[in-house]
Amino acid sequence: MTLALAPSPIKSPSRLHRFFRYLSRNKSLGFGLFILLALVAFTVIGLMVIDPNDAYPLSAPTRRPPSWEFPFGTDFFGRDMLAVMVVGMWQTAFIGVVAGGVGTFIGVVLGFISAYFGGITDAVIRITCQILTPIPVLLIQVVVAGSLDKRDVTIFIMALIVVMLAWMAPTLVIRSQVLTMKERQFVSVAKLSGVSDMGIIFKEILPNLMPFVAAAFVGQIFLAVFASFYLAVLGLGPLREPLLGNIIWLAQAQGAFFNGWWWWPIAPSVGMILILGSLALINMGLDELSNPRVRKSE
Amino acid sequence: MTLMLIARRFGFLFVVIWAASTITFFIPRLSSVNPVRERFAELARMGGYSPDDLEKIVASFSKQFGLDRPLWDQYIDYLYSVVRLDFGYSLNRYPVTVVELIYQSLPWTIGLLLVSTIISFVIGNLLGAVAAWPRAPRWARNFSTPFVLFMGVPPVLMGVLLLFFVGFRLKLLPLGGAYSIGLVPEVSWSFALDLFRHQILPALALILGSIGSWVLTMRGMGITIQGEDYVNFAEHKGLRGRRIFRDYYLRNALLPQVTGFALALGTVVTSAIIVEGLFALPGVGTVLINAIRANDFPVIYGIVLFITIAIATIMTLMEFLYPILDPRIKNS
Amino acid sequence: MNTADTKPDLAQVIDAPEPTPVLQVNNLDVSYYTDSGRAKALDDLSFTLNAGEKLGIVGESGSGKSTLALAMMRMIKAPGRIDGGQVRVDDTNLTALDDETMRKARLMKIAYIPQGAMNSLNPVMRIGAQMVDAVISHVEKEPKSAIVERCMLALESVDLPRSAFRMFPHELSGGMKQRVCIAIGILLQPQVIIADEPTSALDVVTQRQVMETIDRVREKINAAVILIGHDMGLMAQFVDRVAVMYAGRLVEVSTVREMFTAPKHPYSKALINCLPNLENKGVFQGIPGLAPSLLRLPGGCAFHPRCAQVMDICRSRRPETTVEPNGRTVICHLIKQEAEIGQPS
Repeated sequence: MTLALAPSPIKSPSRLHRFFRYLSRNKSLGFGLFILLALVAFTVIGLMVIDPNDAYPLSAPTRRPPSWEFPFGTDFFGRDMLAVMVVGMWQTAFIGVVAGGVGTFIGVVLGFISAYFGGITDAVIRITCQILTPIPVLLIQVVVAGSLDKRDVTIFIMALIVVMLAWMAPTLVIRSQVLTMKERQFVSVAKLSGVSDMGIIFKEILPNLMPFVAAAFVGQIFLAVFASFYLAVLGLGPLREPLLGNIIWLAQAQGAFFNGWWWWPIAPSVGMILILGSLALINMGLDELSNPRVRKSE
Repeated sequence: MTLMLIARRFGFLFVVIWAASTITFFIPRLSSVNPVRERFAELARMGGYSPDDLEKIVASFSKQFGLDRPLWDQYIDYLYSVVRLDFGYSLNRYPVTVVELIYQSLPWTIGLLLVSTIISFVIGNLLGAVAAWPRAPRWARNFSTPFVLFMGVPPVLMGVLLLFFVGFRLKLLPLGGAYSIGLVPEVSWSFALDLFRHQILPALALILGSIGSWVLTMRGMGITIQGEDYVNFAEHKGLRGRRIFRDYYLRNALLPQVTGFALALGTVVTSAIIVEGLFALPGVGTVLINAIRANDFPVIYGIVLFITIAIATIMTLMEFLYPILDPRIKNS
Repeated sequence: MNTADTKPDLAQVIDAPEPTPVLQVNNLDVSYYTDSGRAKALDDLSFTLNAGEKLGIVGESGSGKSTLALAMMRMIKAPGRIDGGQVRVDDTNLTALDDETMRKARLMKIAYIPQGAMNSLNPVMRIGAQMVDAVISHVEKEPKSAIVERCMLALESVDLPRSAFRMFPHELSGGMKQRVCIAIGILLQPQVIIADEPTSALDVVTQRQVMETIDRVREKINAAVILIGHDMGLMAQFVDRVAVMYAGRLVEVSTVREMFTAPKHPYSKALINCLPNLENKGVFQGIPGLAPSLLRLPGGCAFHPRCAQVMDICRSRRPETTVEPNGRTVICHLIKQEAEIGQPS
């Protein structure tokens, strides 16, 4: 008794090939990654090419519009805007990755502990998160940044401030994911087979958490960059540093548009838009990856 | 709707306010910066007092305002004053109180917020709903895509771009301020028009910056809802497409969006604040930004606390809205 | 095709109304055009239904039962398409109607009772509102009170209290929700009612209630009912005739008595054999092999790879239809042969 013949086997494409094919379908992920890589290239190449000192005041003639010598022009304080962009991007990336990474880490650890061990630990962590959620995080960061002596604020401190209140969301997300997994059978099976608690954590649960952790990480980077930008735009950033938000704040303070120095706030704005935009696109793309229903069919 | 439930909700609200107050109380006092001393030092620099006199002034000021009392006593006092919405005096514009500053500037902020939030929410959700509705024409569904691209552009950057292109390059709309310099506020059409023209760019910045997330989330929600059995059965019943869209699809997809709105309040308000600063509108945001520049700490903390209380209260009130929207939610 | 009277009782024959075909499905072809190819969900399907008659449609998962229901309601969505054939209700060809007229025909001429009533009612609308909007979408200018009364009567017909009108779906039990769907189905007194596995999600007691309700309302409005399912026991108790489907094709249509006592098509025989009975208690029977993928149907008769009585011709030629004098239809080479030779099977 035979059924109809199966089609002849097709050679399965390599992983790299499949990755690129997926990227062309998941346009937001592909596009976002492309922009991000372009920015990274800009920053890396830039760091090798320019003199970082040019990003600080009095290193170039002031208020020059874009030209061959100064592709992005110079600002009121005599900063070469190109250097500013490169150094600023690097600093933004630093804050984003460090703060984002720490925030994600805290979130994963807390969320995990909360869900896995349950009981009072869970209750305390959960309620703390719930109470802190309605409080606008950014404003508290304003309070913190505003209370510091303006001279004390460095890039590193910025990152710390940004991380302070960002861990709640990933904690709750990871917690709910672990809770779901705890109920699922593969954990009980592992336990019955005698796998130790640590073993379960690392071999069974963590691998399944990875998509959520990755999405949370990207989200945290986005929030960190966002928050540091907002603080800087309000004038609460490390004022000496050419952080992109700082530049915009300074430009506004000096009435850049009224005076016609349009390139001054525009360059960092475009840079910021590209950074945030690429991160948002990647976030959307990862979202589609993990939610099959939103996935566009081939 | 039991009394227990109302008590519990407002109890939670008070806990949140308490937490926020505690944070705003302790954090500044943890730093080495003494705002009073800073302020007087600044005045001293301008006026020429000697350092000894400065210390005496600071000491008497502290005594006057109870800043030399034990921390715990100050804390209790502080909580007590928060409940009365007394945030103290502005350092810079003494004897104007913080509350007065807020009171003067709040109407501008509320106006801007209300308009831009409502427009962003309504249009964003409609676009997202249409984008996911299979029976909608192709052009309508693709219409929403560019708006999603705006998601990566936060309102303040959107504001900068708009300022640049529309205000600076095209000179179509004003670059900032509440109304044109030299105009005297009056009740007339021409003044109202001028006011309006100054509000367009900031409102547009806020709307375009936030509409993307509504479109995206509603689209995601819509994809789920349109596949639901009851939407299908509605078609089996022979209902008209428009009725199905409105009563079966939209009404269900909007529910989580309303919850999402409550959660997004914080972001909405903080974006508005910064956009206000960018466009120099005389709202709460500009007051805050000026306070930051001038190290006017009571104003900074007062505004932050005020906004937190406002947001938390609105969120609590919105919770009473949910059972009305979704009959499945039981008030237990 | 005439309804067979299995008990030739003269009185009954004289009193029975002249059977009038109220539903005619002629050569219905439905395919799904997927990325993996074209799946023929329904292939040259034809049958007739008379007013007041109950037809059961049975088949394995993937046999095309639900597709048939959707096709009759013209609810086939992309990538599916009705490639050909007709669905005529009372002389109106539903497949040829424009969208707006078909929309009106739904619920007025032909109604559908869904499988999972659990989720078929809008959670944020009251039951009454969902019944009223069905009515006002079809009937112009009926005064509000008349519409409400119509809905109340429908609720009463399915044994639900009038208070259910103001309730929300989550306040009702599964069986009650199913009965609401039935009530909606009869609101406009359609000529054909399609019940797609209306009891699969219910417990046995509720099952009986629901089936009795369907029977009662059918009698009241003299509608023809198509019951789709795979619960043979339910079929035996409820329907007049049974149609067996396999891989998108009809293989046999007989009266319920004939089907259960003397099935003719090898597939029907195998199905009946699978039913547990008192003699072979505890011995589970199945049919060897798997139902074919609709993308790659076997040549000739779709069932031939699993047929115990397969002949050479079955592998290459589509079987033809044999219609017996009492209206019984079998689509099989073996049966055709036996019919021609004159042998009983």
